[in-house]
Amino acid sequence: MKVLVAVKRVIDYNVKIRVKADNTGVETANVKMSMNPFDEIAVEEALRMKEKGLATEVIAFSAGPAQCQETIRTALAMGADRGILVQTDAELQPLAVAKLLKAVVDKEQPGLVIVGKQAIDDDSNQTGQMLAALLGWSQGTFANKLHVADGSAEVKREVDGGLENIKIKLPAVITTDLRLNEPRYASLPNIMKAKKKPIEVLAPDALGVDVAPRLKTLKVEEPPKRKAGIKVKTVAELVDKLRNEAGVI
Amino acid sequence: MAILVVAAHDGKTVRANVANAVAAASQMGSDVHVLVAGSNAGDAAKSAAAIPGVAKVLQAEDAAYGNWLAEDIAPLVVKLAPNYSHVVMAADSVGKNIAPRVAALLDVAQVSEAIQVVSPDTFVRPIYAGNAMATVQSSDKIKVVTIRPTNFKAVAGSGSAAIEQIGGTGGSGLSSFVGAELSKSERPELTSAKIVVSGGRGLASGENFKMLETLADKLGAGLGASRAAVDAGYVPNDYQVGQTGKVVAPDLYIAIGISGAIQHLAGMKDSKTIVAINKDEEAPIFQVADYGIVGDLFQIVPELTAAVEKK
Repeated sequence: MKVLVAVKRVIDYNVKIRVKADNTGVETANVKMSMNPFDEIAVEEALRMKEKGLATEVIAFSAGPAQCQETIRTALAMGADRGILVQTDAELQPLAVAKLLKAVVDKEQPGLVIVGKQAIDDDSNQTGQMLAALLGWSQGTFANKLHVADGSAEVKREVDGGLENIKIKLPAVITTDLRLNEPRYASLPNIMKAKKKPIEVLAPDALGVDVAPRLKTLKVEEPPKRKAGIKVKTVAELVDKLRNEAGVI
Repeated sequence: MAILVVAAHDGKTVRANVANAVAAASQMGSDVHVLVAGSNAGDAAKSAAAIPGVAKVLQAEDAAYGNWLAEDIAPLVVKLAPNYSHVVMAADSVGKNIAPRVAALLDVAQVSEAIQVVSPDTFVRPIYAGNAMATVQSSDKIKVVTIRPTNFKAVAGSGSAAIEQIGGTGGSGLSSFVGAELSKSERPELTSAKIVVSGGRGLASGENFKMLETLADKLGAGLGASRAAVDAGYVPNDYQVGQTGKVVAPDLYIAIGISGAIQHLAGMKDSKTIVAINKDEEAPIFQVADYGIVGDLFQIVPELTAAVEKK
């Protein structure tokens, strides 16, 4: 069974983002970019399946500008076998990415698609569920544990009250939560090897997908700032403030 | 056109955040209907009918709806959607699972975690873990929106909407529910608690969280944690407050041994009053706290517990 993983190029987790002065978006020029952390977890899970003999090939997919090749290379350095980039400079929203993924799934016929539950830039938490819908597949979202056997998958999901276990038919789409695994670091030899692994580059048109955005971003602003308060010296002072100043206890 | 709110429930009552979703929906249009799907969902439908601002409750009975599997619920919502201008769900683990599936089947975009309704087609939503706010406008005919419950105050009072029985769409056969491992707690639920006590890495062990439990019980508070504390295995995943965990906005949030990573701040910075207890005076949590105490939490927390006791 082939496993397809989707990896998104986002502003690095550790970068403090800056809203552009003209309120059109967030500054991305000269900012460190990395693979979306939830997608690293997706790659790791696929690689573990391959190591256990459950997957025959791990394909890393990305969509976006040419630089997304670097993100795919990261996945290849972790151990993925080959990459597919749908290259476009257009703004891509989750529905468009799900449609691009569907077109690639139709072509590659993987038995499982694993994606991060959300990207840390737009925080949408949509693409995996949308892909499952478009394919008519089952979905195992916010996965905390994944067990694949005999044409089905048991998924332990992180839900509001704790954990939930579901059994879903394959093929399926899995979206990863934080505690599914701890992604590996790529070793230097594997980084060298990854340079020789193939990346196929496609255009959205060639896949017959209209990627035009459905949501128009009117403006992007700084959130209202919270003022730092005061430091109190003693617990008695704190309790007094909470009782008599804030009135919350 | 009317607005459809899709309600999650436990079989007896709809979740508290359905009232928040109704409040948000009321800002998108005047005629708000609530869909309660389930097997034996009669009581839950009644609880939805009692939410002020609801014009009609649609109760869909089907054995397949018992466990809220997205594969089974989404087709029902999709079937109803053409009669509505908006489909609204609370952005909890049910809404996040189902709403995008509905949107894709309708071939429309979804607006995730709206915190403000600017106009029926324009919404404000946080991006980059709440470090930026985007105002987005939807051009789709049906708008699928999940809302952040803490940003929409439930309307007080009670209503008495009519309940209409509608047919189910059957099961998809794609997925099945095996079981749940839910945390049992007598404490208020995190997202609706008036006071939340949260612990972080500074607690150093799961055992030490007992200290926080005592304080929480004295205050009638919900108990939360930072991602670091959950990852370290001190407490279960459903305690996590933050961008990828739960978003809370209580009257009082007490952060204990939490440094205040931006992902954590995103989940609690709308709280009315924030207290931080941390030994590192440079910890970012102090930048959002109304009241901070720099010191050893193992000394301060028992003192605080004793102090809140005597009124």
